[in-house]
Amino acid sequence: MSSALRVVLAEDAVLLREGLVGLLARFGHAVVAAVGDADALRAAVAEHTPDLVLTDVRMPPGFQDEGLRAALALRADRPGLPVLVLSQYVQRSYAAELLDTGDGTGVGYLLKDRVGQVEQFVEAVERVASGGTVVDPEVVRQLLRRRRDPLERLTPREREVLALVAEGRSNGAIARDLVVSEAAVGKHIGNILGKLDLPPADDADTHRRVLAVLAYLRA
Amino acid sequence: MTSLAASLRDPSYLRGSAPWRAAGYLAGGVLVGAPLLVTFVTLGVAGAVLSLVLVGLPLLALLALAGVPVGALERRRLRPVTGQAAPSPHRTPADPGATAWLRLRLGEQATWRELAYAALLALVLWPLDLLVLACTVGLAGVVAAAPLQLASAGHDTRVVKLWLIDSYGQAALCTVAGLALLAVLLYPLGAYAAARGALARLLLAPRETEEEARLAEVTRSRARLVAAFEAERRRIERDLHDGAQQRLVALTMSLGLARLDAPATGPLAERIAAAHDEAGQVLVELRELIHGIHPQVLADYGLAAALDDAADRSAVPVDTRIDLPRLPGPVESAAYFAVCEALANTAKHSGATRARLTARHERGRLVIDVRDDGGGGADPARGSGLTGLADRLAVLDGTLTIISPAGGPTALSLEIPCPAL
Repeated sequence: MSSALRVVLAEDAVLLREGLVGLLARFGHAVVAAVGDADALRAAVAEHTPDLVLTDVRMPPGFQDEGLRAALALRADRPGLPVLVLSQYVQRSYAAELLDTGDGTGVGYLLKDRVGQVEQFVEAVERVASGGTVVDPEVVRQLLRRRRDPLERLTPREREVLALVAEGRSNGAIARDLVVSEAAVGKHIGNILGKLDLPPADDADTHRRVLAVLAYLRA
Repeated sequence: MTSLAASLRDPSYLRGSAPWRAAGYLAGGVLVGAPLLVTFVTLGVAGAVLSLVLVGLPLLALLALAGVPVGALERRRLRPVTGQAAPSPHRTPADPGATAWLRLRLGEQATWRELAYAALLALVLWPLDLLVLACTVGLAGVVAAAPLQLASAGHDTRVVKLWLIDSYGQAALCTVAGLALLAVLLYPLGAYAAARGALARLLLAPRETEEEARLAEVTRSRARLVAAFEAERRRIERDLHDGAQQRLVALTMSLGLARLDAPATGPLAERIAAAHDEAGQVLVELRELIHGIHPQVLADYGLAAALDDAADRSAVPVDTRIDLPRLPGPVESAAYFAVCEALANTAKHSGATRARLTARHERGRLVIDVRDDGGGGADPARGSGLTGLADRLAVLDGTLTIISPAGGPTALSLEIPCPAL
């Protein structure tokens, strides 16, 4: 387990807010501020400079997408600030807009259902805090149901691998999931990056992986 | 019932009910008009006198509205004359309460036309009605009743104070002459009643502009109804999202934690695991349900994103070409649900393997086409789904066109005039 994280939490439903505070505490992370609306979130981040922001999409006063808007504004101000957004919406517009901030690292978009899978949820929190990218499997699944350019060029296996990359898995984890060798996964990813016309390997590999996910979401 | 004017031209006029309807109409005029005159005079005098101490002013106001009930009664009385009762020219108040009613009535031209008619009826028309009745049915009746007159007078009498008769033979002749006179006079009687009815109709029936105003009102109320439905959907969506959905998330979280605390195996662990999975399933179903009631992506990102999402979810693969600005909320909502219904129909009935969705906004119109390669034969008359959609689009002045020959393919096209935001 990574070191203790200092988290700012924004969630307007009190029951859930308290629950999340308890949940994170149980895994050794401290919620330094738990707030109920977008303005308070911005203020709390300015005050505490947390390791991670965990926020709901829909919040007062308008009960539209204030939480997401606040997250986007925070990412614009501090591109390196890890933000994990909790949502009730599978629609990819939300996730795509979030992943477009900064260089797409240190962000996550999860359905609230995932909170119930306690260990996986905490793992996702830690992954985002350490600069990873996490997209809810359900959102990814929704995307896969439709074949789009340029993804049309990918084989079914490559799409499968890309979906797992989008969920933030490492090559090793993907190899275990698909019961293939890690080298095979690396080859698939190479093919994917090539087919999506992503820049050659002189950049950091994570960066290209993120770009692949973005291509995937924007398509 | 045929109108009096039409019956007059009919050769069998005298044998039908028309002459009696005419006479009845005029007699009714007298019965309404005479008491009306009394009422006018009483209210007018009392109001004028009492207005010195201010309490009379409401009475005078009441006088101004006297035409309304008179108009209502007179429109009903038109039925025997013109064949049907005249419709009311008045509008229905938008708000409940006497004040709203009063304000609306005093502002309507129809109210003042009715008052004019009531004044005319009280001062001119009912005496005229009475005179016409007397000169036709009355005169003929008196002549025809000569035998009765002779019997009551004894040996001789003057019919209509003119002709002296002194035998029952002459009296019988008078009866015949009276009946003949009646047959002739029933024509001017009918003509007068028809003209009188036409005058009443002119003053009391709705004018064309009032018909138009009423149509506009109906259109507006239909739009309000749709807006109310829309608001209700949003409210239900919000309640479910803020209530049940949040609590259920908290519940799955509690169960998730309980799973960590419980022993890894054994009946307790199994029970908790089952409950946890069940709660997770319910959460998925609830999310789909809420999305179906009102997709939040429509409000947050607009029609383009929502249509893209609808295409993502479609059971039949959909190619999309969507190029849209943000549009007014009601337009986005109506168009979205129309496309969802169209895609659902494609998946359910057409047997198509592919569909194509294009959406664009050009020259102030939203234009959406949904085509599939299925078997066709979609009939709006059979399912209420498509008809309901057409109705909903009609509120926004939109149109829905479906071309679906048997054997396919089906092309559905909708257009709504609207500005880009």
